[in-house]
Amino acid sequence: MSKIHVTTTVNGDAQEFLCEADETLLDVLRDRLGLTGAKEGCGTGDCGACSVTVDGRLVCSCLMLGAEAEGREVETIEGMADGEKLHPLQRRFIDMAALQCGICTPGILVAAKSLLERNPDPTEEEVRYWLAGNLCRCTGYDKIIRAVLETAAEMREAS
Amino acid sequence: MALNTKEDTKMEFKVVGTRVARPDGIDKVTGRARFGADMSAPGMLVGRVLRSPHAHARIVSLDTSAAQALDGVHAVVTRADFPDLDLDPMLADIRDNCMAGAKALYDGHAVAAVAATSAAVARQALSLIKVEYEVLPHVIDVDEAFAPDAPALHEGRADESVPEGMSPNVMARYSFGRGDVEAGLEKADRVVRRTYCTAATHQGYIEPHACLAQMGPDGQADLWCCTQGQYMVRDTCAAILGLRQGQLRVTASEIGGGFGGKTTVFLEPVALALARKAGRPVKMVMSRQEVLRATGPTASSSIDVAIGMTKDGRITAGFAELRYQGGAYPGSPVALGSMSAFAPYDLEHVRTIGWDVVTNRPKSAAYRAPGAPMAAFAVESAIDELSRDFGLDPLEVRLKNAAREGTRSAYGATYPAIGLEATLRTAHTHPHWAAPLGENQGRGVACGFWFNFGGNTCVSLNIASDGTVNVTEGNPDIGGSRASMSMMAAEELGIPYEQVRTVIADTASLGLNEVTDGSRVTFAVGLATIEAARAAKREMCRRVAKLWGIDEEAVVWKDGAVHPAGPNAGKHDPMTLAEIAAIAPNTGGPIAGHFEVNAEGAGVSFATHMVDVEVDPETGATKVLRYTVFQDAGKAVHPSYVEGQFQGGAAQGIGWALNEEYIYGDDGVLQNPGFLDYRIPVASDLPMIDTVILEIPNPGHPYGVRGVGETSIVPPLAAVANAVSAAAGVRMTDLPMSPPKVLGAMQTK
Repeated sequence: MSKIHVTTTVNGDAQEFLCEADETLLDVLRDRLGLTGAKEGCGTGDCGACSVTVDGRLVCSCLMLGAEAEGREVETIEGMADGEKLHPLQRRFIDMAALQCGICTPGILVAAKSLLERNPDPTEEEVRYWLAGNLCRCTGYDKIIRAVLETAAEMREAS
Repeated sequence: MALNTKEDTKMEFKVVGTRVARPDGIDKVTGRARFGADMSAPGMLVGRVLRSPHAHARIVSLDTSAAQALDGVHAVVTRADFPDLDLDPMLADIRDNCMAGAKALYDGHAVAAVAATSAAVARQALSLIKVEYEVLPHVIDVDEAFAPDAPALHEGRADESVPEGMSPNVMARYSFGRGDVEAGLEKADRVVRRTYCTAATHQGYIEPHACLAQMGPDGQADLWCCTQGQYMVRDTCAAILGLRQGQLRVTASEIGGGFGGKTTVFLEPVALALARKAGRPVKMVMSRQEVLRATGPTASSSIDVAIGMTKDGRITAGFAELRYQGGAYPGSPVALGSMSAFAPYDLEHVRTIGWDVVTNRPKSAAYRAPGAPMAAFAVESAIDELSRDFGLDPLEVRLKNAAREGTRSAYGATYPAIGLEATLRTAHTHPHWAAPLGENQGRGVACGFWFNFGGNTCVSLNIASDGTVNVTEGNPDIGGSRASMSMMAAEELGIPYEQVRTVIADTASLGLNEVTDGSRVTFAVGLATIEAARAAKREMCRRVAKLWGIDEEAVVWKDGAVHPAGPNAGKHDPMTLAEIAAIAPNTGGPIAGHFEVNAEGAGVSFATHMVDVEVDPETGATKVLRYTVFQDAGKAVHPSYVEGQFQGGAAQGIGWALNEEYIYGDDGVLQNPGFLDYRIPVASDLPMIDTVILEIPNPGHPYGVRGVGETSIVPPLAAVANAVSAAAGVRMTDLPMSPPKVLGAMQTK
């Protein structure tokens, strides 16, 4: 089996890798690039734990092939903080106890950031529907939704 | 909102009760936290499992030679690779569940496993394993399995408690209670007799099981895995594989949810067996489909209830006969269900009978308050029906019958100070109870109980020379417990929270710590942490007294420092923890505190839940509009995480009530092994979940702490069913209340 050579950008860094034709982007990120922040909760696009953005679009990395990352810009949870400076969503999630076990947290943060980039002033219902593809079994979503809404308000004030 | 309901709370707290940031927070919001599947080792192989496609089949032959010969395959294991050791029956069942013996007992039962250089090679190797099955008749439903002529999974396994002539699938009978139920029912103005059913549901943790095993030819082994209890993994794997416990070191990864489902082993013995055979590290990660097919959901149940009530709301007698199927092996949580069913009430005549039944389904595992939610669904539904029939306020009826301090519970124990009445009274005065309802809407309430556990616990507290403190404990942190331990240590030592860091030890670093279960950690590990801190304080007092040349009794620990106590102690400047730590090498060496205990006094827990729903009369779909949890926490160490436990339990209960179920085909194969069809609540399904924390101190804990994690899943099945029944105008007795079921009930009422 010959592997596919892929050149891409991940969190602003140029990356090259070889992958099998049937390898998912999630497998490439986790097993070839050592970026284990994206999680596999289902492998079928139902849980959102593997959420990343590709050219700014929110995707389940388990549903995309690694080879499809050629020439794209991939952003993962590892690229969300600016060095030591956490993204406001990350800080709020800690302050407001919006995580318990934390396995869904990377995917939810990536998805929530993507929402706020499109809609800086979402209603509670909009947040709930945007995050409906990100399963959390611990929190009942209450503190997650509140953290996203409060971060949105904070970011609106700051801008 | 936190309410102090008792004036004489023992302590003023400085750190406990605040909402500090958790120590693992940054790792978890940046993707750095390492969960089960996030670990690798040099030379690592990929392990994969071959699973039975049949619900019940004799394994006639198993040929692995072609798989073994495939390039890149380094080990293949079958049951022949697990030594036939003289295990006790419960451990033998765990082994048989990890790797089938003569028969595959459910769709998804492991029959072989391979370790190969890549996932692709491993998959190919699985396809080369030839298994000849003789398919046998199967049984899935609990009531069908209970019938005497049902297909038998095991012969001769029934406990001596089971009468002759019953189904071979009945494994045990339990009975609890007192008084004369028939006489009690005769005193009632009305008796409700109904049968209630609940479907099997899965814990639904988002992180699939994963582990990384290595073992050398000297028998020394290391295992990294996501588990609720590394010591349980060590002891279970050691027994199954014939290893010495001390030779196997288990390190618990960060854990991506467990809810009871990670209190046993599935992959771990297999990974160790593969690593032993291959002589290389082996990593195994389950797919979601494997998690649903082959790890433990909780029992499905069928429960007959008879409850009598006078027209003024006094319960005259309660009876329940509970049949729980726990999958392919004995051990459904029916005993706990039978004990907890009537636990909230003060009853003269009460009796429960529980039957443990096996079926061709995956072996059940613990699920948050194991066995209690189904029993509460049945009992709380019947109480609700009687209350409505008499036109009584369902909260007042519960208050009238509520257990309180000194009540002898239906299962035998006599309660110390408990919080049930406080939750009911608070619920009654809460604005939610008085809020108006619209058309097609209904409100339900229900109470719930959980025992809470303590258990074997071992904590070490070490003070560094700069005065920073490490708490080393042995229970995986599943929802913020490291923060709670650091808070209790800081409180006890009188130092800032930031000065303490709590870490979770591997099995070689501490003595036995029981599994993170039974809502035991904040209670038992917290108690041990406080006692370890007290031991360290005593040592620091001793050293300072010696330094000052006075008696130990003449010094006292206050606000993070040793002070001279009393007029005869002389004049000395207080010495802070950091000052004492700095000179420790000159006063006797490092300063540490330890505490080891088999903790008792966990303190039972009660909650009352209130929920409003709207039922769509055209589709039967239920929307949850408003939800409020009232629960006693004893003392909320970190209120945000207590609220989180309340909310998470309620959400899981809502899923159990409305959506979630294992669906089987006629062939006994699971039809919905994925998150698309096994649908847990998503963000758009739920409203905000309001919480009210009551604090009735637990006399068994130095700060009054009670476990809070499990009680919150006990009331919601009944609370939601009572609300849906009110909204739909028909009593719902069968969970989940999926839209077709509700619509059918509305159309035939």
